[in-house]
Amino acid sequence: MNPLPLDMQLLNACAALLLLLSFSMLAQRRTVNLVHLLALQGALLVVATLIVAWRTGEAHLYLSALLTLALKVFGLPFLLHRLIRRMNVYWDTEPVINPSATMLIGLLVVVFSFGLAQPISALASTATRSTLGIAIAVILLSFLAMITRRKAMSQVVAFLSMENGLFFGAMSATYGMPMVVELGVALDVLVAMLVLGVFFFQIREQFDSLDLCHLETLKERE
Amino acid sequence: MELILLLGSPLLGAVLLALSGHGKRGPEINALFSLLTFLAACALTARVISFGPLLLGREQFLVDSFNVFLVTLTALVGLTTSLFSRPYMRIEADRGKLSVGRLRLYHSMYQLFTATMLLALTTNNLGLLWVAMEAATLSTVLLVTLYRTPASLEAGWKYFILCGVGIAQALFGTMLLYFAAERVLGAAGVTALLWTHLDAVKGQLEPTVLSLAFVFLLVGYGTKVGLAPLHNWLPDAHAEGPTPISAVLSGLLLNVAIYAIVRCKVLVEGSLRSALPSQMLMGFGLLSMVLAAFFLWRQKDVKRLFAYSSIEHMGIITFAFGMGGPVANFAALLHMTVHSLTKSAIFFAVGHACQKSGSQLIENIRGLVTVSPTIGWGLMLGSLAILGMPPFGVFASEFLILTTAMKQQPWATPLLLLALGVAFAAIFSKVQPMVFGETSVKRLPHSPALLPVFVHLAIVLVLGLYVPAYLAGWYHDAARLIGGP
Repeated sequence: MNPLPLDMQLLNACAALLLLLSFSMLAQRRTVNLVHLLALQGALLVVATLIVAWRTGEAHLYLSALLTLALKVFGLPFLLHRLIRRMNVYWDTEPVINPSATMLIGLLVVVFSFGLAQPISALASTATRSTLGIAIAVILLSFLAMITRRKAMSQVVAFLSMENGLFFGAMSATYGMPMVVELGVALDVLVAMLVLGVFFFQIREQFDSLDLCHLETLKERE
Repeated sequence: MELILLLGSPLLGAVLLALSGHGKRGPEINALFSLLTFLAACALTARVISFGPLLLGREQFLVDSFNVFLVTLTALVGLTTSLFSRPYMRIEADRGKLSVGRLRLYHSMYQLFTATMLLALTTNNLGLLWVAMEAATLSTVLLVTLYRTPASLEAGWKYFILCGVGIAQALFGTMLLYFAAERVLGAAGVTALLWTHLDAVKGQLEPTVLSLAFVFLLVGYGTKVGLAPLHNWLPDAHAEGPTPISAVLSGLLLNVAIYAIVRCKVLVEGSLRSALPSQMLMGFGLLSMVLAAFFLWRQKDVKRLFAYSSIEHMGIITFAFGMGGPVANFAALLHMTVHSLTKSAIFFAVGHACQKSGSQLIENIRGLVTVSPTIGWGLMLGSLAILGMPPFGVFASEFLILTTAMKQQPWATPLLLLALGVAFAAIFSKVQPMVFGETSVKRLPHSPALLPVFVHLAIVLVLGLYVPAYLAGWYHDAARLIGGP
């Protein structure tokens, strides 16, 4: 069997690192570190996009990489950092499920994702199709993180990591979405963050904390 | 031209109101822009009536018989809601529930929300459809939390996270659709997400990918429709936000989300040639109906009550689209129209009733009819209409859906009847003492806007007795387009 070309090996390495990062996000409890991990994930996404862009010569992927760099490596992490400092929310509390159990569930999720990606990868003609399973795994692991976390800040980081997974998936299956859509999605993510910033201040003004346990009163009343 | 005006006027309104919406005339400017939008929608409709379906802006926009009436409906309810919100929000501001700055936020976001919904309806690009749906969520999150009470913050957070996660699934679904399309339409890229192009080649799209895509799209947009078990955000957002927002969320946003699902279903069904999408729609629809009908019994808050009723009706519509075929599709489209008119009318009446009694709890609202007969009768007639009493339009559409179900899916009929019966008993027994009985309500400082209530109910009544020829023509065309097994 021929060894893969160097650029593909690099891409696979990026994908593997992305998966690793998702797992470390599941375990991490310091919000500042979570944001660092998110920025790192964004950076890996930029590298992966550049490799694919170089390999396929698709011009719009360079633009997409630039957008990711600006938004996900610098913009959003910067915004989140400021929020963390200004609101003084450095730690998440104990997650709902204990960390080792979460990790085990995460493992199962990865196996499941590869099963899900199998029929799609088999059809894909892109050189990057083997990484599709990892993209789905990143999405589902972020989903798991959202379920197990209690603090608003960690949930938001998980949400953004899910967005990263979606981008990675779009890239491995189809070399990215059309430019209009990508721009639109980026705009939506940015606006979502701004709305969230406002929202955080409202929550804190009201409850003096960002713990979501305050937000559990609206249940079906008996 | 009409399209530019249609999308441009609410956008311009949003910018203008963001700058000056805090002025005394803010509510009037808001209504003015809604009127402009409505006129543009009428012009667009007139053009579709005389020239047939339109494909505009380098094929990026599509107005056909399926969305043209939804565009007009959205603009109409947008206009009447802005008229209703004029006195309503003044009263809220007088009572110190809102500051002037928040009123500005409210007006600006209201226009932005209208713009995103119209964009979602008219775009031909499934990617842009996603972007517009997400933007619609974002523009309403801050409206749900407008009062900044703990409960409204919680509702807003739930809305944001649940719909955010849901809509992320829909993005993945859209991506898979693009992936399948690219294999057929080539790497041209730009055209591969245009609905008209996809529709032309739907028979060649890869079935395995499309069925997976549909699962994600249905879960994603289904969250926005409020289909059980993804409906958790809906009653909270409706109950805690200001009432004009409940009216447009229930009357318009849910319709737009269903529209997105049905557009995708057409493609998937064309590729799959199996009943899987239909069965999924029927399953989700029935589950939502039955669950919502039983939850109706436990509601103590009047806005939550009608929010659950919206879930129930969305269930009926989804079920009808799931059955497919000309009659069921026709009924579903009619039901979308009459539900949105009736439900927004009910929210207008409920809004003023809550202001009069100073509470949203059903037990605190009593004897509306003695103090203000118009609000009382508006609420009563609206409730009767939404419960499917003849001669209102809801009766006609529900009757069609039921009879089709008996023919095509007899197993579902008992469940449908059960849900409708339970919902009837629950809502009627709660609304009756609110309207009649000993009074406990007070006068309002600004005279309430009740014209919208009766305009809506009159249209629903007319639709129950007679559907205009061109509207029926659209419904038939759209029903054929949507198809079904």
